[in-house]
Amino acid sequence: MNGFPILTLLTFIPILGMIAVLVIPKDKANLAKYIALIATGIQVVLAIVLLSNFNYNAGGIFEQSSFQFIEKFRWIHIKGLSWIGTVKIDYFMGVDGISVPMVLLTAIISFIATLSSWKINKSVKGYFAMFLLLDTGMMGVFVSLDFFLFYVFWELMLLPMYFLIGIWGGPRKEYAAIKFFIYTLFGSVFMLLVMIGLYFSAHETLADGSQVFTFNMLALMDAANYTADGILSPFNPENLRFIAYIALFVGFAIKIPMFPFHTWLPDAHVEAPTPISVILAGVLLKMGTYGILRISYPMFPEITRELMWFIALFGMINIIYGALCALAQKDFKKLIAYSSISHMGYVMLGMASLSTTGINGAVLQMFNHGTITAMLFLIVGVIYDRAHTRGLNDFGGLATQMPVYTGFVTVAFFAAIGLPGLSGWVSEALVFVGSFGVEVIRTLAIISTLGILLGAGYMLWTLQRVFLGNLNEKWKDLKDIDGREYAMLIPLTLIILFLGIYPSALLDVMNTSVNSLVHFLSTNVTNFSISGL
Amino acid sequence: MDLNGLYESIALIKPEIVISLTLLAIVLFDLILSNSKKLLPFIAATGLAVTLVIQIIELSTTGYAFSPQNATLFYGMLSVDSFGAFFKVIILVSSLLIVYFSAVTDEIKQSFDRLGEYYTLIFGMILGMMFMTSAIDLILIYLSIELLSLSSYVLAGFTKIRQRNNEASLKYIIYGAVSSGMMLFGISLIYGMAGSTNLVELNNFIQSGSINLVTFSIALILIFAGFGFKISVAPFHFWTPDVYEGAPISITAFLSVASKAAGFAVLIRFIRVGFVSYVDSDGFWRLSEVFDWQALLVIISILTMTLGNFSALWQDNLKRMLAYSSIAHAGYMLLGLAVLSNQGAFAILVYFSFYLIMNIGAFFVVMLIANKLGSENIDDYNGLGLKSPFLGVALGLFLVSLTGLPPTAGFIGKLYLFIALVDAKMIIVAVIALLNTVVSLYYYIRVLKKMYLSNPTEDTPEIKTSAMNTIFILILAVPTLVFGLYFAPVVDFAKMCISFFGV
Repeated sequence: MNGFPILTLLTFIPILGMIAVLVIPKDKANLAKYIALIATGIQVVLAIVLLSNFNYNAGGIFEQSSFQFIEKFRWIHIKGLSWIGTVKIDYFMGVDGISVPMVLLTAIISFIATLSSWKINKSVKGYFAMFLLLDTGMMGVFVSLDFFLFYVFWELMLLPMYFLIGIWGGPRKEYAAIKFFIYTLFGSVFMLLVMIGLYFSAHETLADGSQVFTFNMLALMDAANYTADGILSPFNPENLRFIAYIALFVGFAIKIPMFPFHTWLPDAHVEAPTPISVILAGVLLKMGTYGILRISYPMFPEITRELMWFIALFGMINIIYGALCALAQKDFKKLIAYSSISHMGYVMLGMASLSTTGINGAVLQMFNHGTITAMLFLIVGVIYDRAHTRGLNDFGGLATQMPVYTGFVTVAFFAAIGLPGLSGWVSEALVFVGSFGVEVIRTLAIISTLGILLGAGYMLWTLQRVFLGNLNEKWKDLKDIDGREYAMLIPLTLIILFLGIYPSALLDVMNTSVNSLVHFLSTNVTNFSISGL
Repeated sequence: MDLNGLYESIALIKPEIVISLTLLAIVLFDLILSNSKKLLPFIAATGLAVTLVIQIIELSTTGYAFSPQNATLFYGMLSVDSFGAFFKVIILVSSLLIVYFSAVTDEIKQSFDRLGEYYTLIFGMILGMMFMTSAIDLILIYLSIELLSLSSYVLAGFTKIRQRNNEASLKYIIYGAVSSGMMLFGISLIYGMAGSTNLVELNNFIQSGSINLVTFSIALILIFAGFGFKISVAPFHFWTPDVYEGAPISITAFLSVASKAAGFAVLIRFIRVGFVSYVDSDGFWRLSEVFDWQALLVIISILTMTLGNFSALWQDNLKRMLAYSSIAHAGYMLLGLAVLSNQGAFAILVYFSFYLIMNIGAFFVVMLIANKLGSENIDDYNGLGLKSPFLGVALGLFLVSLTGLPPTAGFIGKLYLFIALVDAKMIIVAVIALLNTVVSLYYYIRVLKKMYLSNPTEDTPEIKTSAMNTIFILILAVPTLVFGLYFAPVVDFAKMCISFFGV
């Protein structure tokens, strides 16, 4: 694989697709669907190639040598004057065990979301152009190792997402779209500030021995690179690292979304068209937790250690609060949206444990939640396409009318509840084992188990209300799922079953990196806690 | 002043001379060949292009122009240096764009028979601005500001078609007269104390101590009112929305870019030359302790951007919205000055390069739409992006860039600004500015919302852009995107231009 720019291709194939979509003539707009399918299909192939060439024994996280598929080029290099420092920004990509599952998830979900977009018929060209741009943004975030590059990809997603919700969404689409946009931008401006602060606090030594300020994430993780007086340098007694950590965390937390920054999510989900909900829940939410693992944790290890209880606390609140809200919903899609909030709480709880088991569970949960929730949203989409309503109380007895559909629903629901044998169970179990083992957050972990109970409650109750009982006469003409829907649901079902039975397939990918992260955190706390906190 | 000195001085002001000659050429051509007014834009453009070439060749020329005989004691009226050259390039490039802009605006076409006056006045403005960028004598600063102002008062009401044109002109004159009166009074106070109107002399005088601080501060605030009026910062911004809305749109675009650039150039130079006692090794300006410029500038800039952004939220007229948005941008840029460092001034230069393209671009698209619609009202933009995709995408790009989102040039401008702020450890100020950015998103995106999220109505026009206009838009839109991804050339250029002569 040497020299083959697989990460660049993974990231920019959708952009090529977008350009192709834009140039096709208007009367052949339907071609756009095939172009998008091909582009995302290539992505899936590339992701599988990536996985099969991935060395499971390289840790990554903090040292460039153990990252894989590295691409590092000089992007912007502006030589400094006496008082303007040299500005050096690299096009720096690479993957380790934490990013590979996310790359895989992004590729799979994008492909399935393309299939799910097949019935879009309002300005098709525009839709797929935006969709593919969004795809590039997501993929770019997961493979960037330069903070500046990361930030560009992070922001790149905002505009397409705004349009995808705002143009192709439901009745209150405009409100939902702008709410999403403003929330996320609010978070990311703080990220920008922290990024600039970090930039001014650490040096990277270049090949010629000169030292320059840096956006290189790996350089920012090494305490030895920090200057004596940088505002985010641990060596500066008056540093602002604590405030910066909070600001950065809020930037990521909005994306997760963490209580109390979650209010944009139900709106966005309810208004977004099905494929966009799938992308949103399947991939976008993971960027928040991924960012915390990739940036907040290793760059601020001492503060992470300090605040782990609070991270767990918010994880717990997410789990319980999300589940309680889900119980109260009458709209199928809103229910899934709140269940998403609840399930992302497990990720936070697992991360907060700072233990190998917990973080393994968290990353696995990120992947599993991506596939399970994607499936749940597809399921909602299927019924909404046919019945044009999502009211949970409007249905009943669909099991007799749509038996195959009900079968898929049952798998997805039980996976979400965490039934042993399905993927959700493994990751939730790991999260609980991991967080239970850490004394500081044990109480919070115990309270969080309530979430499983509540989860079973709302899921089973939904199953009962929609699928069991007597068939509502209104729906006696509903057709069971068709070929395209099979094509979307079967792969996800297979993944869910496979990872339920053989989770090691994915755990082995991430394990070395997670170990390396945990080890790095524990050793680096001392390097970073020289003064102040 | 001996002839030798004069001769040397003339060598230093070649660009200004060419501008003056073009001005004369336009007047004469208009008088003699009054039947071929169509050629006037070409004469104007040629003059500007020649000036631009000369300016770029002379980029690194330095020297004092128009010094009295004993040049070691008395400095010149003009300080010719690369800092001024940068702003001259900005002014000339925007003027060139505006000449084309004017040639396709319906508003100006309707006043075809007065085209000669129009270009003469524009060149009056340009000449005033060129002198503003390098003036280091209060008298010359005042005169060049007046030259700029008087020309622009007339241009603001040039079309006389609608009532709002006259209102714009009148308001502009009244506000302008008051502020220039204040400025002149401030200058006279300074002269009374320092015995000189030369900024270098003034700096020496300040460092010698023995000033009446109260009187001195009053004088400075009065002078600042004059500058503040030009760059339209709060609380001297009240004229801006009305004038911007009422003036012909080409003039609005010109005022919002070139005139602002000149105002910033003269303000930066005023502070840099007049008050900085030395520059430390990190590039921070150490000011003589007579007046707390930093406090004043920070307060004014925060006030300006907040007022600009929040007022823009409620505007339904796009021209007016862009007027408030340009007030907000003046606030951001003023922050660069408030840092009082080379890094901050550098950030202003970078910001201005990008602001030039995205702001003129936005005005140009709004103008094309107004040509067709006869209105700039946002409610007429329903579904416009779907019916006229090219214009929609272009305007969208310019607005996103004005918001400052990557990967557009506007983001890089903001990035450099925040780098300067963080470098100076002005974190709170940076946070306020960033929150302002979030606010600004709302009104910029509102236009996108109308263009794309609303369905087209029957009145929504399908606007065909001519080949020339398409090229013009691309000339502005492509850099807006490309500089967002690869900004090294602009930054390098700005870096080359940041040195001040003689201080």
